[in-house]
Amino acid sequence: METKSIMIVGVGGQGSLLASRLIGNVLLSQGFDVKVSEVHGMSQRGGSVVTYVKYGDEVYSPVIEKGEADIIISFEQLEAARWLPFLKKGGSLVTSTQQIDPMPVITGVAKYPENIIGKISEKGIDVTAVDALSLAEEAGNSKASNVVLMGVVSTKMGFSEDVWQNALVECVPEKFLELNKKAFALGRNAG
Amino acid sequence: MKKLMLGNEAFARGLYEAGCNVASSYPGTPSTEITEAVAKYDEVYAEWAPNEKVAMEVAIGAAIGGARAFCAMKHVGLNVAADPLYTCSYTGVNGGLVIAVADDPGMHSSQNEQDSRHHAIASKVLMLEPSDSSECKEFVKKGFELSEEFDTPVIVRLSTRVSHSQSAVELCDREEVGVKPYVKNAQKYVTLPAHARPLHVKVEERTKKLVTYSETCDLNKVIDNGSEIGVITSGISYQYAREALGDKVNFLKLGIVNPLPVDIIKNFAKKCKTVYVIEELDDIIETHCKKIGVNVIGKEIFGFIGELSQTIIAEKLLGTKNDVQAFGEDVPVRPPVMCAGCPHRGLFYDLKKLGVMVSGDIGCYTLGAAAPLAAMDTTICMGASVSGLHGFNKARGAEAEKSSVAVIGDSTFMHSGITGLVNIAYNSTNSTVIILDNSITGMTGHQQNPTTGKNLKGDPAAAVNLEELCKACGIKSVRVVDPYKMAETEAVIKEELQKEEPSVIISRRPCALLKYVKHKPALKVDNDKCVGCKQCLKIGCPALSIHDGKCVIDHTQCVGCGICTEMCKLGAITE
Repeated sequence: METKSIMIVGVGGQGSLLASRLIGNVLLSQGFDVKVSEVHGMSQRGGSVVTYVKYGDEVYSPVIEKGEADIIISFEQLEAARWLPFLKKGGSLVTSTQQIDPMPVITGVAKYPENIIGKISEKGIDVTAVDALSLAEEAGNSKASNVVLMGVVSTKMGFSEDVWQNALVECVPEKFLELNKKAFALGRNAG
Repeated sequence: MKKLMLGNEAFARGLYEAGCNVASSYPGTPSTEITEAVAKYDEVYAEWAPNEKVAMEVAIGAAIGGARAFCAMKHVGLNVAADPLYTCSYTGVNGGLVIAVADDPGMHSSQNEQDSRHHAIASKVLMLEPSDSSECKEFVKKGFELSEEFDTPVIVRLSTRVSHSQSAVELCDREEVGVKPYVKNAQKYVTLPAHARPLHVKVEERTKKLVTYSETCDLNKVIDNGSEIGVITSGISYQYAREALGDKVNFLKLGIVNPLPVDIIKNFAKKCKTVYVIEELDDIIETHCKKIGVNVIGKEIFGFIGELSQTIIAEKLLGTKNDVQAFGEDVPVRPPVMCAGCPHRGLFYDLKKLGVMVSGDIGCYTLGAAAPLAAMDTTICMGASVSGLHGFNKARGAEAEKSSVAVIGDSTFMHSGITGLVNIAYNSTNSTVIILDNSITGMTGHQQNPTTGKNLKGDPAAAVNLEELCKACGIKSVRVVDPYKMAETEAVIKEELQKEEPSVIISRRPCALLKYVKHKPALKVDNDKCVGCKQCLKIGCPALSIHDGKCVIDHTQCVGCGICTEMCKLGAITE
């Protein structure tokens, strides 16, 4: 099987590490060779962050380059726009509708682009936009929007729900499990 | 059982399985998680040392004491630890000694892009370079064997993409090797000139033996695809090259990057019309090939700067390019920022307001250099804020002393700020040093340090009292402020700048991300009072923005620190 590439993008602190751990766990359980490349350190402090997930028969490079991603999962609209060049022609974008102003927008030296999702969709790109933050709050904690998005993306990857539930049990501490299962289910319904 | 592990976690697993007994490190991205992960194995003693030199010396002492010992650091940490390394190369070891050094091509979280292979060459020690998590584990185990067999420290070179990528690892059991007997041997371990001269002879002999070993060992691999094109590579560059070129070329993948083999390279090159060397950063392999008379192409097409990738390699060697679609509008950059509630924010706003020269250091607070605070003038290396300020003030005199400060975090101060402070007192400048005590090593992801009262395992430990320490260094004026109280902090800084003596201000408030720090509810904006003047935005808090002419507080980020309430003269921001 040809190597598949998934990118998880967002703002440092939004919980992309748990998301990538979850996907990595699902893929390993399905017998794929998997590589997950994360970002640690300075950019985790509110900067633009990206995690690469690749799977197939044999994966070599852990990074994904422009034009290579089959799926991009974005935790924030502006980040969806930023990383769009990495999406393969015919690839899918799953994005939260959340907006977080970056510092140049806060200080007024730059403008947050308007109608990002509409503009991407006009290009004929397959976009699924979900209000993950509200769904996470409905599940009980705004921090669970990462798992809501995993619920959405689970509908696009073709593995059974059980596989994802098992991965949740593996990756999430016991006391947060119920909350995250709820968040996942809300995302899966929205997907 | 196969498990998905970070390169760093796999490295730690290798330490565990190899029977490593003692680990001592100082945190540094991208190496930090190795020591955090190894601390979870009860069989291995693990600690955070105050700096890399101490860590290296602890590991050397443990190895001389007969244990399999380990220390980890980032590339610039090896500069700090270079002194003991270079001489330990002469003494050799008793129990095996493995050192992890993580380079950061692309400078994801570093102040320079140095190539640590130079240190292996200069110190004449064996250096291995794994290319994924599974190899991390295997190379560590091999590293201990080779360290003991050849009586040398062994460096395992990592890079950001190896350390921070997860791939599948097969877990094995720990092999207890115990602690070897210690026998006093001054000729080996006391490096008096008379002892060191014959030791240097041994080092040169050892290098010859290591070259012979590297010619036949399975750490260096040839993949012959019957092509006329050959690629010599190592580490993560191998993964990029393999993905880009597949079976189209022959590969010589080097697992030993110092000393480099001669015969395998010559034989590999003989079968190819064209040989490329694909390596990140400096031209170490390329220079070696040219030195032994093998004609290769390398840096002339790849350059010395940043990371490589499968795309770069495909473009340079195959001339192919990916099809790319763009958003079509400018996308504002999103640089890292101090978190909402960061205790450093108020202090840096004060410094900006005072317009002082700020001699900076390495840590989260380096972000004080970014807009809108922009309150940092220099950042060189760990500890340089304090010693550099002294030099700046010696150069520029009394006026400079009244308008300059050094800022340094608690962990960085313990790492290498103390000696600079001693120098300020001893050689007397009226310098003002601000210690940003957030009770943790922040940027690398919350590691304990000698001021926090806890050790690596989270158990209670002796805590350095910063006030007493500064006084003992010879500083009489030591003040403590709460950076959430901006006006009070500003007044103290002004007073200390005017004093005709050196002073230390400890700006104390725990990192807002620490689990034990209780957050207040998010603040609210009274829309009737807010006139959208943007005064509150001057502190650069990521939770504040202006929408439709009014201040908006992002409730998912705000921790209620209240600094913005001090900025708002209209009282529009409330609890």
